[in-house]
Formats: sequence, C-alpha cells, structure tokens
Amino acid sequence: MQLTGAQALIKSLEQQGVDTVFGLPGGAILPVYDPLLDSTIRHILVRHEQGAGHMAEGFATATGRPGVAMVTSGPGATNIVTPIANAHMDSTPLVVITGQVATASIGTDAFQECDITGITMGITKHNFLVQSAQELPRAVAAAFHLATTGRPGPVLIDVPKDVSQSLMDWWYPTSVAEYDLPGYRPDVDLDEDAVAAAVALIARSQRPVLYVGGGTLKSHASAQLLAFAERTGMPIVTTLMARGAFPDSHPQHLGMPGMHGVYAAVTAIQRSDLLISLGARFDDRVTGKVSAFAPEAKVIHVDIDRAEFNKVRRADVAIQANVAAALEALDASGATPRNLDAWWGEIRSWQRQYPLVYDVPATDGPLRPQHVIESIARSSEPGTIVASGVGQHQMWAAQHWKFEEPGTWVNSGGAGTMGFGVPAAIGAKAGRPDRTVWCIDGDGCFQMTAQELVTARTEGIPIKVAILNNAYLGMVRQWQEMFYDERYSEVYLSADLPDYVKWAESMGCVGLRATNLKEMDDVISEANEINDVPVVIDFRTDVTEKVFPMVAAGASNDDIMVHPSQRGAK
Amino acid sequence: MNAPEPFAGVISHTPVRHHILSVLVENKAGVLARIAGLFARRGFNIYSLAVAPSEGHARFSRVTIVVDAESAPLEQIVGQLDKLVNVVSITDLAPKDALERELLLASIDLDDESRGAVLDAVAGAGAAIVDVDAGRVTAMLAGTPGACDAFERSLEIFAGVELHRTGRVALPRLGRTVSERAES
Ligand SMILES: Cc1ncc(C[n+]2csc(CCOP(=O)(O)OP(=O)(O)O)c2C)c(N)n1
Ligand SMILES: [Mg+2]
Repeated sequence: MQLTGAQALIKSLEQQGVDTVFGLPGGAILPVYDPLLDSTIRHILVRHEQGAGHMAEGFATATGRPGVAMVTSGPGATNIVTPIANAHMDSTPLVVITGQVATASIGTDAFQECDITGITMGITKHNFLVQSAQELPRAVAAAFHLATTGRPGPVLIDVPKDVSQSLMDWWYPTSVAEYDLPGYRPDVDLDEDAVAAAVALIARSQRPVLYVGGGTLKSHASAQLLAFAERTGMPIVTTLMARGAFPDSHPQHLGMPGMHGVYAAVTAIQRSDLLISLGARFDDRVTGKVSAFAPEAKVIHVDIDRAEFNKVRRADVAIQANVAAALEALDASGATPRNLDAWWGEIRSWQRQYPLVYDVPATDGPLRPQHVIESIARSSEPGTIVASGVGQHQMWAAQHWKFEEPGTWVNSGGAGTMGFGVPAAIGAKAGRPDRTVWCIDGDGCFQMTAQELVTARTEGIPIKVAILNNAYLGMVRQWQEMFYDERYSEVYLSADLPDYVKWAESMGCVGLRATNLKEMDDVISEANEINDVPVVIDFRTDVTEKVFPMVAAGASNDDIMVHPSQRGAK
Repeated sequence: MNAPEPFAGVISHTPVRHHILSVLVENKAGVLARIAGLFARRGFNIYSLAVAPSEGHARFSRVTIVVDAESAPLEQIVGQLDKLVNVVSITDLAPKDALERELLLASIDLDDESRGAVLDAVAGAGAAIVDVDAGRVTAMLAGTPGACDAFERSLEIFAGVELHRTGRVALPRLGRTVSERAES
C-alpha cells in the first residue's frame, strides 16, 4: 500500500493508539493536517503552541498515557520549547511532532526554518530529524517507545515538508528490534545484592522515612507503596511531584517535604537515620542546603535512571529499578525496620505542635487563599483532578488539597513554568472527561496562557479555574518582603485590570467573582453546577498572605520558618 | 580596575585525574553535537576528543574522549553519557590500564643556523620528517601523549612552529582480563 509520508505519520499515530492530538497548523506541517481530516484522532486546535505542549503534559499526567502535540516549523516549534523543557524536567512522556522546511532547504535560512532538533537536544530524551517517508513509521514507533519506557520524557520528531509529501510503501515496526535503537536498553535487572544490602540497612534502622518522588507515580507503584508502607509502618513524605502517590488521609503520611513542606515531613527527614528514596532526585527544593540535609541518614536510592545516584547525595545503597519492582523485591525479602514507636512518638509531637495553619479569614474579606482551596476541595467529589500554575497558589494547593489517588495532581515542578495551569487542566480534562478538573491559578499565571480557555470552550472541555487573585506576582513579592527589606520591585499586577469576569465571558466561559466568605461559598456551588462550559472565578485574596512553612533558598532545613502564629512556641 | 582576563572555561593541560572514555556511538547526524552539548551543559570538561568510524561497521563510530575527572565524578559523566540514545556502549579506561597514543604534526622554520638543532630535536624525539621545502620542515610523531608533550616543549625554542595534535586514542592494555579491568 502506497501512502504519503503525511498519511503514514497519521496512520502511525493511530497504530500507537493515539486518540487526541493538541496542535496548530502552518506551512511546513500542512501536508499532515490533510489526512488528519480522515482520521479518528481528535485534534484540539490551540490558540498558542505553548498551550498544545502543556495540554499534552496535562493529558499525560492525568491518563498515564503519552501526550501528543503537533506544530509547524520555526515559530510554531519554538513556541513549544517551554513545554518540552518542562516535560523534560518532570519526566513527562510526550511526543512532539514539528514540521520542518523541505530537506533541500535545510541550512539555507529558508522561510520559517529553525534548527529545532538542535534547540531541543538538551531538553528532550531524544529527537529525530526524519530523512525519508519510508522512515516515518520507525521514527514514530521509536519515539513512543523512548517517551514511555525507562525514565519517561519528551521526544521530538521533526518532519520536513518533502518527507510528508513524498510516497512510501506502508509498513509498521512489529518489534523493538525494528526501532533501530541499539544504544537504548531501558530494562534493568534488579541487583539482588543491592536489595539484600537495603534489607540489612532497613533492619538496623530506627528512624526511617520513605521519601517518595515522582518516579513512584511514573512507575505506577502506588499499590506496592501502600503495601510496603503498611507492612513496615514507616512514615512517608510525598514530594511536589509525587502528590497523590500515597493517600493524604493515611495516618502514616506526613505530607510534602521541602522548601514549603509540612514541618513534620521536613523534620522527620532531617532526623531520620534511613532515607528510602523512591523515584526522587534530591532536588534543591527538597534538600535545602545539601551538606545539612538529613545529616544522620543512610540513603537507599531507588531510581530507574542510574545517573541520579550520587548526583546530589551519596547513596549507601543504590537500586536501579523502577519503583514498583524495587518495592516488590524489598517486600518479598521481608525488609523490616526496628520498633518505630519512639520515632512515631517524636513525629506525632511535631505534627501536633506545627500543623499546617493559616489565619482565619474575616467574614467580609479579603479571602484567605488556603481557605478558598480547602473550600473547593471540600465541595469536590473524590477523584477530582487539580492542576496549578506556579507561585504561592501552587504551594497552597499542594499543601491544602488532600490528594488520595495517582494522576489527580498536575503541576510544573522542576521547571516551575508560570502559565502551565490552564492548558494543563484542559489537557487533563480532555484525557479524563469523566473527572472534574479544577485549575488553581495565580493572577499572574492566568494572564500568560488564559487564551486557551477559548480552545476549551470551542472544544467543549469544561474545566473550572480558580484564580487566587492577590494582585501580585505573589511568590516574588513574598521573597522581596522577606529577603529584600520589603523593597517591591516590579511585582504589582492590579486586581482589577484585567477584569477577569469580563475576560472569561468574552472567551465563552462563565465568569464569577468572590470577595467575601458568602460569595465564596455561593460561587463555588455555582461553579459546581456548571458542567457544559468552562468557569472562571476571580477570588479576591489577601495580598500579604505568605506561604509557610518556608526554608529560605540555600538554608538548612533545620532553619525552617513556621507560620508566625506558631513562632515562639518553637 | 583593569578588565579581567576573559574566562575561557576550558583546560589546556592534561588533567591530573583524567580518564579515557572509549564510546561506541551510532553513526548518525548530530551525534557529536549531542555529546559536546551534554558535556557543556553538565559542566564536564573534555580535554581531547577523537572520532573515527569503528571496526568493520559503517553503522558505528568510536569516540575517544579524555575527560577531566576533577570537573565531575566519573560516575556522573558515564551515567549521563549512557543516557544519550545514540551511545551504544562506553568503556572507561583508567590511565594505568590504557594504551594511549596520539599523533603530532609540526612544521618548523629551517635556516642554516637552526638546521642542526631542529634535526636533532626531531631525531631525539624519534619523530619522522614527512615533508620539506627550502625553508621549512614537517615532522610527525606518533607516540604516547607524554612523548608528544615532550616533543612539543622541545620545539618551543624554534621559530615559525605550526603544530597540530590529533587528541589521543586508546585501547585497553593487553594481559588483563575484562573483570580485572572492571574492578580496578
Ligand atoms: C515563566 C515564568 N516566569 C517567571 C517566573 C518566576 N515566578 C515564580 S512565581 C512568580 C509569581 C507568580 O504570580 P501569580 O501567578 O500571580 O501567583 P502567586 O504567587 O501570586 O500565587 C514568578 C514571577 C516563573 N516561575 N515562570
Ligand atoms: Mg498572584
């Protein structure tokens, strides 16, 4: 069967089981958009290519399947660079297809030419510049294989226009051997000696902590984690990337560690004698000052990526494996710590002394952002998915939303990309239309990618957006207040400009506003009643509210600053 | 204040704790850029790098990289390099286990006064004369990096020296088993 490269590309995506593609056409990718008309694949037309990338990320995080985005060459390709970098930092499986100028024009500065494989070399797991139509099926199959196996990540396929226009004899790889990836071996054999060494360390430990990172979600290890945790009775912390990997309601769960972590979670790590890192990477936002991080702890480091071992913190035992396999092996060998009663006694006292708190909101406003989040959470059904932007609102969402299952928290962790929230929420809802999807956003973030609400309305993707409108680039304002003598430089945004309600309405969404507690309850109920179009709520929150606890950048976790109302007690 | 010396960020002497990575890569467009880019963005120093098609197989090339194991732990360098999809295998050779060789070409001005000293230096290093004309001579030395260093230094006193070195290539020394090599 003879097909054009474009037809072969679409057919290859269908072979991979792709049902949704986020994108926006243009000259170099035009040929590919034609066979799309005849395909079962749903294409979601975005308003900016950054939106396509973040939607694909939200889709991937919520569904556990790779997200797919397709854009044209030149500016289309550069517009999606930020999501690619974001996915690279957060190990999100993504396949990005870019159009490219015809092979004969490459290197001539042709119209809308840009070296996107060069640009994305350092921010993709791998990329391909496809040289012939005959090679397209292999490139697609290999891209999905790379994106989803081992440590997942973004893969880019650059398709020159003449490649998509020329004819090929249809074929599709039927085995990994045909992918032509002689240097790629994602499967690793579990090292029995390392497992035995880990079991021995666990057996000696009196103050262990399970330090759960995003790799636990990526390897679908929540069931294994629950079994291992309950059998051993160890305390658990889940990083920003791992929220939802272990139920927040579980009594062994201490919450999130790190710069804005729960006091007990941060302190348990600091005092631990054994850290069992499960798909975490000792990010500086978790460790604080590395030399002062968990100074007495031995480290068992489980990761599928061996380059993570000893990168930041020396591991006493390194187990190269996916988290699920490692936990099963540890469980099978009966790894058990010593009696943890004394340890739990200490932890419980930290929890009692320093719970997450915030000031009680005044009835007539302004609203407290944490209270808004808790109120939305309380009114939401189980399994609701939450996406967020980047800033204070993100930290409050991570702290105050109670996550109970994997795939319910969609956020930009490693890159901290403002504007991630709205498109990521749309992507999540496109992938999980059965779920309610909230985006907890900041006013600054919202202004970066809000145009995608037009996409959401057009495509019938009814997400709900809560803007925690503090009129500021709040997180930066917080740093200037605390570390720059309250010298506020370029952080004021205004609460009223833009008018978020009108803006929402102009995009075909329902726009609501709440300035006091009564309005807050009313608009949340109203939003929950609306299931056909997107809803945007402008919550007027306290400008001066800060995220606590906080470990200052570069400081030791021992110098954690708790909420002002808890100071003095310490 | 005077303008400070520009920071080059590269090293021009053999690093004290260097290692030789013999890297088998797929012969695909952009592979060298991927390796170079990885070293640059991770802050690993390359001292020298040599590339050529590998034994028998048009599909693969062998890249010999001398890395500065002071700039980053070797484990990190190897671990990150191994993640490049086009990298098929990496053999890490400690200097004591490696047979290292390098090629040096040097052209030198010759006049009646310097002729004797230049030819002595060439002969002393065991280099060969491979090209001559009325006023210049080109010598070639294939040898250990140390021998090349010494020859290069011995030429410093002459005029008009133009010198190129290939960067080194290496193979494991014979007479040691693979497992012995892995353990050391
Ligand atoms: C694209 C991008 N630019 C700049 C930053 C730096 N930054 C981090 S948080 C933040 C403020 C975010 O403001 P807003 O969305 O209003 O959230 P808030 O902190 O007020 O909740 C900024 C500017 C960033 N993370 N991403
Ligand atoms: Mg704000």
